[in-house]
Amino acid sequence: MATLNSIKNMYGICSHVIRQTTGLRAAKLIQQRAFRVNGALRQQPFDSSEEKPQFPGASAEFIDHLEFIQPNVISGIPVYRVMDRAGKIINPSEDPQLSKEQVLNFYQKMTLLNTMDRILYESQRQGRISFYMTNYGEEGTHIGSAAALDPRDLVFGQYREAGVLMYRGFPLDLFMAQCYANVDDLGKGRQMPVHYGSKDLNFVTISSPLATQIPQAAGAAYAAKRENTNRAVICYFGEGAASEGDAHAGFNFSATLECPLIFFCRNNGYAISTPTNEQYRGDGIGKTGSTLFCLGSRSVCVRCEPRILCRAVAENQPFLIEAMTQATRIGHHSTSDDSSAYRSVDEVNYWDKQDHPISRLRHYMTARSWWSEEDERSWRKQSRKMVMEAFEKAEKRHKPHPDLMFSDVYEEMTPNLVKQKEAMWRHVQQYKEHYPLDAYAK
Amino acid sequence: MAVFETMAAAARFLLRGAGLKASIANVNIGDQSLFGITLLRLSPNCSSQTKTQRRNAAHFSYHPDPVPTEYGPTTKMNLFQSVTSALDNTLASDPTAVIFGEDVAFGGVFRCTVGLRDKYGKDRVFNTPLCEQGIVGFGIGAAVAGATAIAEIQFADYIYPAFDQIVNEAAKYRYRSGNLFDCGNLTIRAPWGCVGHGSLYHSQSPEAFFAHCPGIKVVIPRGPVQCKGLLLSCIADQNPCIFFEPKILYRAAVEQVPTEAYTIPLSQAEVIQEGSDVTLVAWGTQIHVLREVANMAQEKLGVSCELIDLQTILPWDTETVCKSVAKTGRLLISHEAPITGGFAAEISSTVQEECFLNLEAPIARVCGYDTPFPHIFEPFYIPDKWKCFDAVKKLISY
Repeated sequence: MATLNSIKNMYGICSHVIRQTTGLRAAKLIQQRAFRVNGALRQQPFDSSEEKPQFPGASAEFIDHLEFIQPNVISGIPVYRVMDRAGKIINPSEDPQLSKEQVLNFYQKMTLLNTMDRILYESQRQGRISFYMTNYGEEGTHIGSAAALDPRDLVFGQYREAGVLMYRGFPLDLFMAQCYANVDDLGKGRQMPVHYGSKDLNFVTISSPLATQIPQAAGAAYAAKRENTNRAVICYFGEGAASEGDAHAGFNFSATLECPLIFFCRNNGYAISTPTNEQYRGDGIGKTGSTLFCLGSRSVCVRCEPRILCRAVAENQPFLIEAMTQATRIGHHSTSDDSSAYRSVDEVNYWDKQDHPISRLRHYMTARSWWSEEDERSWRKQSRKMVMEAFEKAEKRHKPHPDLMFSDVYEEMTPNLVKQKEAMWRHVQQYKEHYPLDAYAK
Repeated sequence: MAVFETMAAAARFLLRGAGLKASIANVNIGDQSLFGITLLRLSPNCSSQTKTQRRNAAHFSYHPDPVPTEYGPTTKMNLFQSVTSALDNTLASDPTAVIFGEDVAFGGVFRCTVGLRDKYGKDRVFNTPLCEQGIVGFGIGAAVAGATAIAEIQFADYIYPAFDQIVNEAAKYRYRSGNLFDCGNLTIRAPWGCVGHGSLYHSQSPEAFFAHCPGIKVVIPRGPVQCKGLLLSCIADQNPCIFFEPKILYRAAVEQVPTEAYTIPLSQAEVIQEGSDVTLVAWGTQIHVLREVANMAQEKLGVSCELIDLQTILPWDTETVCKSVAKTGRLLISHEAPITGGFAAEISSTVQEECFLNLEAPIARVCGYDTPFPHIFEPFYIPDKWKCFDAVKKLISY
């Protein structure tokens, strides 16, 4: 406990264990989000007569004997969860009591994502796209956390949050367009697959370097605070990225500058081949910040998040949710990885077959007679059809016009770049048989 | 459809072919992939792959070095295996040597450290947390305390968090302490350069950023024989060194490489091919592009090119390059990195100072454009053999 308190003091980030369930009151709480003036801790006035450490921010007392703060005194930070493995709510009073429509929507989005992942992973293996990253096992985390947000809330992601975008309504066509880098890609074909972005859906375009989004999210939250429109920011990252210096910077800035922000750490147990016991000591990354844990892979976040969001915006404080997606990362890190080199078959099998968020949510629905075998069959057929149609269409489209290689380096095209573009075209015209011009838009 | 089915079958074959690996493949992706393959096969509208949709073939052909005879017995190795061999020799002969970075324990994302942890122990080959500034800072400290520290940065594109440690610390350690302290035992390795589909963050060639930093050495090999020898020189060198490994060559470059340790000197450019009309200078993958250009120039233009592999970017061998330009009077420098402020600019500037009156034509630089490295536009972006060949034509006809 002493450790937690000192962390709390150091970063000023709220330290709570929140008991929550799957997002029933989500909608209501989001509406209740209010902007209150932040009641920040006031500095104690300097008083040299007091026998206390008298420097800014200090609130501790002197002691006269040496005391070590043991890191592992407590048995880890408790992990909040609502549902058990079979999809049953453990504590009925925590039942989110979501409507059938909401839950069906969650389930369909999660399974659509899963279907898209399977198709696109396979398409990479067949050389149709150059790269892919799946979201296996984390579908619940994405959909659940996205459902608690307001559509205006700005999302900064890392690279394994496609479900958030899917929940917000990013069409399959545009997912595919980005992966195929075709002419419909909002990013104009410049980035590797899965580096999605959407200004309309307030999802900042993904970049490969890890944790760079974390201090950016703090800055965005600060700007949002000043806008005074009740907008919040959410920042996703993995437990590996949390080791970067940028993560420390982001947490610290968000606390000291009082930013309305949720940090959402997807702790899936691995950073490529590196397990968490080589990434950090302790039972989570909570040591570096707040200590809210939610078992996100069970769509729990939809419930805990709205209250966190309200507080984040109202109190201009950052909150950290560490989603122990202890379905761990079921898939490989990416198509460039073969995790059999460092993980056992049994381990992965267990998570895939016995503890998958999709199957848990299905059990929840079937227990309420909200979803039948027939519904499942017909949805599977329909979702596959949707994905395949988008896939086929994306594959046939041209690539963007090569002029787009030169634009958006700056807001304006510099004379230097104009010259380079002209030189490129002169060259390509002269040697056109050596360039795949047919594949590109004219 | 036939092509398609063949490919689907091939995909399944590949998935199953790896023995033990296949079982996990089936768990993770087997169910899903067979599902995926079935879907793709049943869909009537899925066209077989057209030429334009196939991923681009490499933009160069790899030219292996002749078998070295002066370093003892050799064995066939590709580039990543030559790295492993150098590291193996080092760990065997130097008890203080340690290798660390992200994912190096299981062998590394490019397999450069496969087998080393099992052979030498987990205290000598180990994963660090995901933090480049930490990796390099830790490496500097280990080197200062007397260990031979070999740090891996997973991609050169991710080296920038460590820029402060490299430029402000590693490079200046000896100088600022009056030679009381140094981190000469530090070597940093990173995969480098374009790979066909790497896009902004898996294709970069950042040598120019580091060339501007006195106190460190920057080295880039063109193939396995050079790689092992140069890496061993970097490790032995008593200055902090950055060793960039062309990732596109990790598998593609195969040569007979000596199994024992050997060194190739730093700061010595190599004249790979002698010629009389044009000097071509490059490093890493681009050497192989220019080799083809030299052949094309000979066949189509009757022009004899002298090809120089710079190998060490900093400190670079001005003498060899200038001597060559004094002879030929024409210089072409080529690199993937963007042209403005790229290392060709430094070479060009020095050469015109030293060889002004020898020059028959302006120095040509064929480089990447001044944009981030694009994904789908890579075929248009890179300084390929046609752009280089065209530049040679212009040099000759100036």
